[in-house]
Amino acid sequence: MKHRLRTTFQNTNFLVGFSILIILLLLTFVAPLFMQGSPLDMVGTLFNKPGNYVNRMGVIDAPKYPMSIEVDSIRLGAAVSNEEAAQMLEWFEKSELDIEWKMLNPAKDHAEIVELFLANYDDSIRLPGTSAYRKGFTRLYLKVQNLLSADGYVVQVEDSSSDSGYREVTKIQSRDFTNVKDVPARRFFLLGTDNFGRDVFHELVSAIGNSLMVGLIAGSIATTIGLLIGLTSGYVGGWVDNLLTFVTNMFTVIPSFVILILLSYSISSSSRSIVVVAFVIGLTAWPWTARSVRSQTLTLKNRDHVNISRLSGFGTVRIIVTDILPYVLSYVVMAYILQISSAILAEAQLSMLGLGPSTTTHATLGLMLSWSMQFQAPLSGAWWAFIPVVLSIALISFSMNLMNTGLDQVFNPTLR
Amino acid sequence: MADYILEVNDLKTRYVTRFRENVYAVDGVSFKLKEGETLGIAGESGCGKSTLAMSLMGYYFPPLHYTSGSIIIDGREITGEDPEVLRRTALGTEIAYIPQAAMNALNPTRKIIKYINDVLVAHNIRLNKKELREMAEERLRLVNLPVEVLDRYPVELSGGMKQRTVIAISSLLSPKILIADEPSSALDVSSQKLVIKMLLDLIDKGLVKSMIFITHELPLLYNVTKKIAVMYAGQFVELGPAHESVFEPLHPYAKGLMGSIIVPSEGIRDEHLVAIPGTPPNLKAPPQHCRFAARCKFRQPLCDSVVVPERFASDGRLFRCLLPEAVLRELKYEDQIKSKQEDAEVELDVNIIPFAGDNGDGDSGKESGG
Amino acid sequence: MTETDRVKVKRRELTDTFLEGKNMSKVYGMGRKANRAVDNVNFKFRRGEIVSIVGESGSGKTTLAKMILGLTSITEGQLEVHGQPRAFGTTAEKREYWKNIQAIFQDPFSTYNVFSKIDKVLLNCIELRGQKNLPYAQKVEIMTEACSFVNLRFAELTNKYPFELSGGQMQRLMIARIYILKPKLLIADEPTSMVDACSRATILDMLLKLRDEEDMTIVFITHDIGLAYYVSDTIYIMKSGQFVEQGTSDEVILNPKSDYTKRLLSDVPSIYEPWDLSSDDVEEDEFAAASGGDS
Repeated sequence: MKHRLRTTFQNTNFLVGFSILIILLLLTFVAPLFMQGSPLDMVGTLFNKPGNYVNRMGVIDAPKYPMSIEVDSIRLGAAVSNEEAAQMLEWFEKSELDIEWKMLNPAKDHAEIVELFLANYDDSIRLPGTSAYRKGFTRLYLKVQNLLSADGYVVQVEDSSSDSGYREVTKIQSRDFTNVKDVPARRFFLLGTDNFGRDVFHELVSAIGNSLMVGLIAGSIATTIGLLIGLTSGYVGGWVDNLLTFVTNMFTVIPSFVILILLSYSISSSSRSIVVVAFVIGLTAWPWTARSVRSQTLTLKNRDHVNISRLSGFGTVRIIVTDILPYVLSYVVMAYILQISSAILAEAQLSMLGLGPSTTTHATLGLMLSWSMQFQAPLSGAWWAFIPVVLSIALISFSMNLMNTGLDQVFNPTLR
Repeated sequence: MADYILEVNDLKTRYVTRFRENVYAVDGVSFKLKEGETLGIAGESGCGKSTLAMSLMGYYFPPLHYTSGSIIIDGREITGEDPEVLRRTALGTEIAYIPQAAMNALNPTRKIIKYINDVLVAHNIRLNKKELREMAEERLRLVNLPVEVLDRYPVELSGGMKQRTVIAISSLLSPKILIADEPSSALDVSSQKLVIKMLLDLIDKGLVKSMIFITHELPLLYNVTKKIAVMYAGQFVELGPAHESVFEPLHPYAKGLMGSIIVPSEGIRDEHLVAIPGTPPNLKAPPQHCRFAARCKFRQPLCDSVVVPERFASDGRLFRCLLPEAVLRELKYEDQIKSKQEDAEVELDVNIIPFAGDNGDGDSGKESGG
Repeated sequence: MTETDRVKVKRRELTDTFLEGKNMSKVYGMGRKANRAVDNVNFKFRRGEIVSIVGESGSGKTTLAKMILGLTSITEGQLEVHGQPRAFGTTAEKREYWKNIQAIFQDPFSTYNVFSKIDKVLLNCIELRGQKNLPYAQKVEIMTEACSFVNLRFAELTNKYPFELSGGQMQRLMIARIYILKPKLLIADEPTSMVDACSRATILDMLLKLRDEEDMTIVFITHDIGLAYYVSDTIYIMKSGQFVEQGTSDEVILNPKSDYTKRLLSDVPSIYEPWDLSSDDVEEDEFAAASGGDS
C-alpha cells in the first residue's frame, strides 16, 4: 500500500493535477486573510474595470511633487476617445487640406491627431453635409481647446466668511504629481467589480471554496450511495440485485440532469441553500458509480479468496468489507474524484438556469456566472466578471481529471 | 550453409525492474542446434526458460535487455542488428516465437484471414484477395487445418483450434526456428495431442527447420524433442539426448526433477515422488558458486566456494556439477552420498576448474570447460 | 512417511461412508437453453480415502465441487452426510457444515486476499476453530506447527503478504490452513495445475500425509489422469456432467472399460511407452468453442 502511494505521487499526471488543486485550496484559505470585509460587500459600482482605485480627495490632500514631465499631449490623448479621434481624421479627409494624416491610427495616436487638429482646424472651411454634422466638428474643436487652455485647476471649499463664498485650498498645476502611496484611501481590484460592485477576486476566491464544498458533499453522497448499492447488488445477487439494478438502470436511462432540474425546481427557493443543492446533485449522480462497482463486485465475487472466506463462515458484511471493498477501493477513489469535478459542473449548470443555491450571502462559481450573465457582462465587455470564473471551473475540472488519469495509470499499469 | 542452424554463445540477458534493479534471468546459455533437431527446455517456474525463449529472438524491448553473447541463425548473427531491420527481415522468417498465452492474444473481432494478411504485409508481401485466400488455404491444408477456419472469428474456435491456428500463422513464412513456449499448458490432453502433432508435422514437412519447445511437463518434453536441456537459475545445468536426460540424468537437480515425473503407468503408485526442498536463488544477485548448492543433497564443502563451469561427459552431454561424472552416473536421488562412501568425502574434479576465485570477483565465471 | 505406512492405510477397510450424492444435477438457465453442467451423478465418499474426479475442462467437475461445498445451489437430487440429508439452511448450520468440509482451489494467486497478511489468514482459521480468545503465544504455536507441517517456517512469514511467496509456497500455505481447520472432507480443485512439477510432488505428498495422519477424506479434482492415479484410492471419470467410469484407481487406470477413459489415457504422454500420435480418434468437435459449463 505504501508502495502504491509512493508510485502515485511519482506519477506526473497525478502530481500536476494534485498541485493545481492544492494551490487553489491554499488560495481559498490564504487570500481572505489579506482582504478586508466580506466577499460579497458591495464596494464599487457596476462593472468597474480591474485596477488600483485611489480616492480623488485623497489625491488633493496628498503632498504634491512638481515634475518636468510632458503631460499635455498625454492628457489630451487620454481625454479623447477613439470615436473622437476618428471624427478628427474624418475632418482632415473631408476638408481636403494638405495634411499628412493617413499614417495616423485613431486607436493609438490620439496625441498626434489632437495636435494636428488644433493646428489646422478652420471653422470657415465648409464641409458637405447637414449643419448638425458640421456643428459636431465645432464642438469637438472647442472641447479640445478648452483642455489645452486649462493651465491648472483651482480647488476651493465653501467658506461663508470669504467674499466670494469660497476659499481656495490649493492649485493643481498640469505638471503636479502625487505619489499613489501617499493617498491613504485606495483599493486594488485585481479583477474589477461585478454587477453589484463587489470585488470579483475576493468573491471568486470564496466561490471556489464554496464550489469545492458542493463538489465534496455531492461527490461523497453519490459515491457512498453508488458504492453501497453496487456492493450490495453485486454481492448479494438474486432479487435484491434485480431490484437494485432496475432502480439504477431507471436512473441511468432518465437523464440525470432533468431529474436534477425537477428536484431543484420543486424545492422552494427559500430553502435552497448551498448544502441542499449539493445534496440534490449527489442524489442524482450515483448510478454510474453503482453500475461499475456492481460489475467489479460480480467478477470479484467469483474469485477464490471470496469462496475461501465464505467457507470460513464469515458473514456477508465482513466479506464485503474485507474481501471486496479493498479491491474496488482504487476504482472508487478515481470515481470519487470525477464525481467531485462533475458535481462542480452540475452546480454551475443549475445556477445558470437559475436553479442553483438561492443565497445572497455566499457565492459559488455557478452563481457568479449566472449573475454576470443576467447583468449582461459579456455585452458590456466586462470580461473580468466571467472569464476568471470560467477559467477556475476549467482548472478545477482539469486538475481532477488529471489526478484521475494519474491514478488510473498507477492502478491499471496495463493501460500504459 | 553453416553447420548449425542455430548457434547461441554465452547469451546473457537481464530484466530491469521498476526500481532499476537487474534480474539476471538468462546468465550464460550456450547451445547449438542442427537442422531438424529439436530442443526441449525444462525447469521450475522462474528459472528463466521463458525469458530465454524471448531472448533468442534477438528483439529486445523493455524491461528485457541484452547484456552479451551472440545468436547465430544459419550463419547470420542477429545480435547487434538494428531492431527495425531485425523485425522486418528475421522475425517470422528466420525465427518465430509462440508465446505462452498466444491463443488469447487474438482480437475477437477480426477474422483469421486478416491475421494472415497482417503477417504478409509486415514482411512486404502484398497479395490481392484471391491470391491471399489461395495461399492461405494451401497452407492450412498443408498443416491439416480445416480451411473454414479462415472465415471464423477467434471466439468461434475452441482453445485447441485457436492454438493450432496461431501456430499456423506463426509458421506462415516457414521460419528456420520455431520457439514454442508452453503451447499446450492451458489445453486439455486431447487438444494438447493435436497441437503437438501439428508441431512435429511442421518439422517433418520441413516447414520449420528446427524447434525449441519449452514446458515444465517432462513426459511431454520427452515425447516431443530429441534433446532436453534442464535450466536452473538462468543457466543450463544439463543438456543431452532426451532419453538419457530423463532416465539417466547427471546433475543432482535434473535427478530431482526427473523424480517428480508422474505418468499413469503401473507401479507409479508404489514409487515415492521426489520433491526438491528449498527455493531457487534470487536472480537479482545469483551466487557466484554452484547455484544449486543450497538445495543440493550431495553438496560438498567446496561447492560453496568455487565457480562451476559447464562440463561435458564422455558421451558429450553437458552438465554443470563438480562431482565426477562416474559418481554422478551411479548416484540416485534417493541415495545419501555419505552412506555410500562412508565418511570419506567424494573427491571433486577440482582440477578441471579453470577458475577458483572467491565470491565477489565480479566475474560470474562461465568459462567453457572441457 | 514410509512406503509401509501408506500401504497399511490403503488396506484399511473403507466402509464408513461420509458423503453421499444422490442423483445430483446442476442446471443453468431454463427451457430450451438449459445447460446441465452436472447431470444426475451419484457418488459415495468414504472416510480416509482420496477420491479423484478426472475430467477435461467443461466437464462439470468444478461445478460439482462447488455444489458439494455449498457455494452454489443443487438444482436436483440431494447430498447426504453420514446418511442424513445435509443441514444447510441457517447460517449456523452452514458454519457447522463448513467446519467439516473445506477446499483448496486451483489458482494460488486468486485464493488470497492481497490486502491480508499471512498471519491474518492463519489467525482467521484459529478463530473459526472457536479459539479466538486464546493467548497470542498459543496461537503462534498453532500457526508454527501448521507451517512446519507444510515445510514453511512461520517466523519467516510473519508480516509478509501471500503474494510475496511463490505459487507453490502459497498452495502449501493453503494446506497449512486446512491443517489448522482439520475438516473431515477436503476438496482439492486442481491444486497443482498452476505450480511446477517440483512443487506438485510436495503438494501431493502433503495431501497423502493429511489423509494418513488426519484420516481426512480428500476429493482431488484434476484433468491429469496420471496425478489422479498416483494420489487416489478411487477414481471417477467425468464427461459432460456425468460419470462415465468409476472404481478403484487400479481398476480404472489399468483396466479401463469406457472408451473415453481409454482415450484419455492414450492422450497422456508417458515416458515408458511410445506416445501414439498417429491415431485420429480425437473427436473433431473443434469448432465448438468451449461449452457453457464453468470449470
